[in-house]
Amino acid sequence: MVQLTLPKNSRITTGKVWPKPEGATNIRTFKIYRWNPDDGKNPQVDTYFVDMDTCGPMILDALIKIKNEIDPTLTFRRSCREGICGSCAMNIDGINTLACIYGMDEVDGDVSIYPLPHMPVVKDLIPDLTHFYAQHASIMPWLETKTNRPAKEWKQSIEDRKKLDGLYECVMCASCSTSCPSYWWNGDRYLGPAALLHAYRWIIDSRDEATGERLDQLEDPFKLYRCHTIMNCTKTCPKGLNPAKSIAAIKSMMVERQV
Amino acid sequence: MGFLTDRKRVTGLGAARTGTDHFWSMTVSSVALLILVPLFVFTFGAVLGEDYDTVTAYYARPFPAIVAILTLTVGFHHFAMGARVMIEDYLHGLSRKIGIIAVTCISYAAIAAGIFAIARIAL
Repeated sequence: MVQLTLPKNSRITTGKVWPKPEGATNIRTFKIYRWNPDDGKNPQVDTYFVDMDTCGPMILDALIKIKNEIDPTLTFRRSCREGICGSCAMNIDGINTLACIYGMDEVDGDVSIYPLPHMPVVKDLIPDLTHFYAQHASIMPWLETKTNRPAKEWKQSIEDRKKLDGLYECVMCASCSTSCPSYWWNGDRYLGPAALLHAYRWIIDSRDEATGERLDQLEDPFKLYRCHTIMNCTKTCPKGLNPAKSIAAIKSMMVERQV
Repeated sequence: MGFLTDRKRVTGLGAARTGTDHFWSMTVSSVALLILVPLFVFTFGAVLGEDYDTVTAYYARPFPAIVAILTLTVGFHHFAMGARVMIEDYLHGLSRKIGIIAVTCISYAAIAAGIFAIARIAL
């Protein structure tokens, strides 16, 4: 049976309320999930107050400000600060997204920040994405060919190249997979929207010669068919991509080669 | 847990090379029900509230009886497949297998009972 409640040691408690910045008039409240694997305590939600007059416009700006000026122990991933690396994916105001491209003005009231849902937590806002990355590796995210390598490049028409638009832009932030209830309940076997979007990206690549093998490896009641078109993936994708459409296209190709 | 690599955990026992039949069968039965359910509602609704003799005489006619049998058969077949998916979603291990067997038996028992009942009225 799926676990519908949190285990005792994962239940969230009220955490520390950090002092307000002195002299600040434009203050925003941040409620941030904290968990330290070393102290043996349950997770807690700490409250921070950030002076918005001296803070950048994005959620990540506030997190960096909190880490630099209030609490250096706050732990989160970040790198590019422009939605390209996918490192800062987290649950902000109930939505899985990238902190670096999610504006403070998109949240009403207090800003709640949690790690990506239903993933093991390494510390604070950092989820363990090891299994997620292994799933991505399992779909063979590279060009597979059988024909001898051409003297120059593998050629592709402009029309065929256009088929990759809306797919190659995925930054593997895991926002989609961790928003999917099917992935929550059966993430050990279901590949999830991100890996399937990447699988489709290689299936429809006109240069790839392993289309049949790729479909063979996806044809499984769990790897592919756990997708029930819930569409959370498409709704939450911070890059505006449509993983649900890619999964539907794979299913359609599966039927195409049988019926 | 064992010392398995993450890639090994993801691969598991490999792809079952099945699932498309189930998906296609669900799609086909959905389309069939899209036609059958309105037909059943209209034929059943036509004698709703009528006395016993009128209803038995109505279901002795081939069209309403065949529509009812098809709706029951396709409907419970569709139910069995859909319920199987739900069980696979939420149950794991032995309870998953028992659940699938139970829901399949219940569905086909319902189909058999339905056909028997309609046949008794119709014949």
